[in-house]
Amino acid sequence: MSVSGANAGSAELLPAGRGVASSYLYPLAATAVLFAVWELAARFGNISPLLLPAPSAIALTTIDKFPVLVHMSIVTVAEFLLGFALAVVIGLPLGALIVYAKPVELTFYPLLVAFQTIPKAAIAPVLIVWLGTGMTSKVLIAFAISFFPIVVDTIIGLRAAQPETLYVARSMGASPLQVFWYVRFPNALPSIFGGLKVASTLAVIGAIVGEFVSSDKGLGYLVLVANGELDTRLVFACVLVLTFLGLAFFFAVEALERIFVRWHVSARQAEASASGND
Amino acid sequence: MARVAAAVVQFPAAVSAEPLVRVDGVDKVFASRTRAALKAVDNVSLAISSGEFVSIVGPSGCGKSTLMMMISGLMPTTKGQISIGKTVVKRPYTELGIVFQRDALLEWRTVLDNILLQVDIRRLDRRAYEPRAKELLARAGLGGFESYLPWELSGGMRQRVSICRALVCSPPLLLMDEPFGALDAMTREQMNLDLQKIWLEDRKTVVFITHSIAEAVFLSDRVIVMSPRPGKVAADITIDLSRPRRLSVREEPAFGRYVATIRQTFQSFGLLKED
Repeated sequence: MSVSGANAGSAELLPAGRGVASSYLYPLAATAVLFAVWELAARFGNISPLLLPAPSAIALTTIDKFPVLVHMSIVTVAEFLLGFALAVVIGLPLGALIVYAKPVELTFYPLLVAFQTIPKAAIAPVLIVWLGTGMTSKVLIAFAISFFPIVVDTIIGLRAAQPETLYVARSMGASPLQVFWYVRFPNALPSIFGGLKVASTLAVIGAIVGEFVSSDKGLGYLVLVANGELDTRLVFACVLVLTFLGLAFFFAVEALERIFVRWHVSARQAEASASGND
Repeated sequence: MARVAAAVVQFPAAVSAEPLVRVDGVDKVFASRTRAALKAVDNVSLAISSGEFVSIVGPSGCGKSTLMMMISGLMPTTKGQISIGKTVVKRPYTELGIVFQRDALLEWRTVLDNILLQVDIRRLDRRAYEPRAKELLARAGLGGFESYLPWELSGGMRQRVSICRALVCSPPLLLMDEPFGALDAMTREQMNLDLQKIWLEDRKTVVFITHSIAEAVFLSDRVIVMSPRPGKVAADITIDLSRPRRLSVREEPAFGRYVATIRQTFQSFGLLKED
């Protein structure tokens, strides 16, 4: 029996030009075209810079206001990271408990769904009243908005184990805890990371929603201040920095995913397309 | 009950008189809230001797997999009792190896680590079992694939790994539930030959579930034929063909007679209608 009979050869079936380089090239090219059109429209179109500043102007403002942008970013980053961390620390065990303990599922699952249907932006003012205008309220809003996908995807992942894998483990004498660590949890990781990626983007939104309701620092606060002063260029500069931070966070989670679920279908495709380019 | 040919023991030392697996008047009823209760297994009694290779054949849905699950202790019986050796099976019985139609490999573990899952879960010394795992892999034609991940292997290779995993702790009993059912015909024949070879080397007791009559006759010392649901033992046929059996044994008249007897048992249930 040879390796050629195995799936390893499937990389050759992918069309050429779908490698790692092009996976960066295409989105970068699309972004460049978008900014070029924007720049031209802002310069030569009859659009007030108050409504739509040119990308070059936004870039200059970003450089100009860099210290304050960094200062405000630190606050916002701390808020969404803490909110996300709290969602992970509470969401993962809660998901596991729901899968393993029927009473917990009966008690918490309906509440969880009900809680998720509440628009978080609507309860943000209440949280501010309860917890003050400081960081705690923003962390909690980021937590509240990002924790649902983590719980749900943990539940889905833990329930997705193939029955035969569980039978095999149990016939080796595995305890429920061993079944969890050796089979259920690793098997759930692709799904859990799906939830974490969704949650990572939601946590950023949560922090900004909190800052919009009431705050005295953070990028959301700076957006409100700049907007009040009709400083559209600074508003866009804030959005630019926020986009960058959100992307960086998302890719950080994705990098962790690549380390932990190297074996999963999604990672294989990336690998196959990488080797298909040579 | 059709009892064909008296047992002519080819290897007298291998098959001892003491049954290893005893199934006594076992029923299995699946209760359901929305549908009528379903009786899958009906008053089955069997005795399987130590060192015997026994196949259970039957039409799909006859409860043969359910019977195997009950023998392994992974599923409780509704009525009756199963014992292995001196133990009455009440919970998952751990002194056995188990192989399913789906290979049930853990995708995140390498080939070697999948086999050593046995060792990890049983909290044994990895170093002591690694040579044995590698030797089993080599015997299965997978030497050098230790560090591969399951998705890099073909279906036949994966099932070989799953068989190695079942064998690594040298259990006295091997349960196999249609292990080659998902493989193509050619791979399946090779697997039959290799399984016979492995079995001849240390003569474990094997309970082999299949729906292929030819596969059952080729591999077994005894073929137990089950009736359609609810599954009962319809025939217990001793296969008296010398070992090692070659693929050409299937062209011999004796082989054809065994196959015909089993097929006629099926036809007596109204299965395999020819017009």
